[in-house]
Amino acid sequence: MTAGSASSGGAVSLRRVRVTFDGTDAVADASVDIAPGEFVCLLGPSGCGKSTLLNVVAGFVAVTDGEALVDGQPVRGPDVSRGMVFQSSDALFPWLRVSENIAFGPRMRRVPKGRRDEIVARYVDLVGLAHAADRFPPQLSGGMKQRVQIARVLANEPSVVLMDEPFGALDAQTREVMQREVERIWQETHPTILFVTHDIDEAVLLADRVLTMTAGPSGRIKSEYRIELPRPRDETSEEAIELHRALRNDIAVEVSKTLRTQERMAG
Amino acid sequence: MSSQPPAGRTRLAPTITSWGSLWRRKLPLGALVTYAVSVVLGVALWWLVSLRYSDYFLPSPLTTFEAGRELASDGTLGASIVASAQRILIGWALGVLVGVPVGLLMGQVLLIRRALDPYIQFFRFIPPIAFVTLAIIWFGVGEASKVVLIFYTTVFIIVISTTAGVLAVEESRLRAAASLGAGPTRTLLSVILPSTMPYVVTGSRLAMGNSFLTVVSAEIVAAEQGLGALIWTSRNYGRTDWVFVGIVVLGLMGFVFDRAIRFSVVRLFGRYAVKV
Repeated sequence: MTAGSASSGGAVSLRRVRVTFDGTDAVADASVDIAPGEFVCLLGPSGCGKSTLLNVVAGFVAVTDGEALVDGQPVRGPDVSRGMVFQSSDALFPWLRVSENIAFGPRMRRVPKGRRDEIVARYVDLVGLAHAADRFPPQLSGGMKQRVQIARVLANEPSVVLMDEPFGALDAQTREVMQREVERIWQETHPTILFVTHDIDEAVLLADRVLTMTAGPSGRIKSEYRIELPRPRDETSEEAIELHRALRNDIAVEVSKTLRTQERMAG
Repeated sequence: MSSQPPAGRTRLAPTITSWGSLWRRKLPLGALVTYAVSVVLGVALWWLVSLRYSDYFLPSPLTTFEAGRELASDGTLGASIVASAQRILIGWALGVLVGVPVGLLMGQVLLIRRALDPYIQFFRFIPPIAFVTLAIIWFGVGEASKVVLIFYTTVFIIVISTTAGVLAVEESRLRAAASLGAGPTRTLLSVILPSTMPYVVTGSRLAMGNSFLTVVSAEIVAAEQGLGALIWTSRNYGRTDWVFVGIVVLGLMGFVFDRAIRFSVVRLFGRYAVKV
């Protein structure tokens, strides 16, 4: 893959994945196949294990049982082909300029300086931060920081981009802008995207497919919605509202289960 | 949430595009005036109190100043300052140079942390003055014993604060580094060390204070030269005014050293969110 070419998506398969932390199943039995270039949202109440699944694909968390495969190869630890955009901008390197943050991956891969500059120029442009390339992260707004995170991940041209509630900490207006941006960037570079969110509108707006999860602990994939609405989507369209309602009802059951569990534990 | 010292994001004006413009921010005139007035009042109070007592019991600011000139004119004062400053700087620098890598390794490698922790926790409670005699027996009455003691007093503070800094690095930052292709060594040098800088700097400043305590006690026990030796010798001659000179110069020296650290740290490490 070269800096000039769009990265191509990887195929992700989870086969009966179980993840146990301290004797409790965070994820009980999750299976899913994600096609190359597909945009999949994982939707579920907090604590359902959706972030754990993402961490499994990233290689940050090992499976207890089952298998996680990317392009047929089992995941063994983190790899540059699987980039992660974190919810918290603490994941950025605040002592490095925007351009240096983006160049970090290529620098670690020992890409020569000249090529690195080309990569930075390309991705700084792609995320609309060319004017801020020399700034440091603490000098940026929340939305801009997430743009840096996205550019930093894309600079390695990963085949799979994992996004863990990337816009959860942003205000509503910025979030909307960033959702459009992610859609555009995905259409331009076409990696496989696995996107964790608890925002139903976000999932309806972005996903080719939405996977919902059951309440944790012992979360599993509950249902699957294929969304074939044309892009860019209008979340106020009739179909979108209908989808939203269906997803909400689906998830409401799980949310109330979570609350009951929490109350039981508190009582 | 974030256990790192805050990066000061709220204080940065969005128009600031480089750390340089932050570094060169001038001290406001009002602050300088406050400092000056405070110092003048303090010296005036000292003078007023000294009026009530003999120069032997409490030398006045003027007497102290005259004594300082006397000590400066025959070169005693300069030689003492140079001797003490040299010991402090060498011992402290060695402590930082050794303490930071040890702290990084302790923070990063559980086995090393467990192996060294008992020693760190044991020795850091033994004040350097307890080792003065041993230091002289083992390293002689020369420079080495003082430098070793200052190294000793510095290194534990640096190790502990660096380790704390490593343990406080955000998990997401480490994960980001790993999935961006950084191996363990490059993560340590390119991600963990820079993230730890605020802790290292705070530890270094605290250690500088301890170095002053240590150098005086070491010089009191065995030294021809140095501010501690000056204070001790003056006592033997009953020259309280010289003692005062030594004390005032120590305080000024500490102030200047700390300012120098802060000045250079902000210049060199400002981008690592080090605030002093």
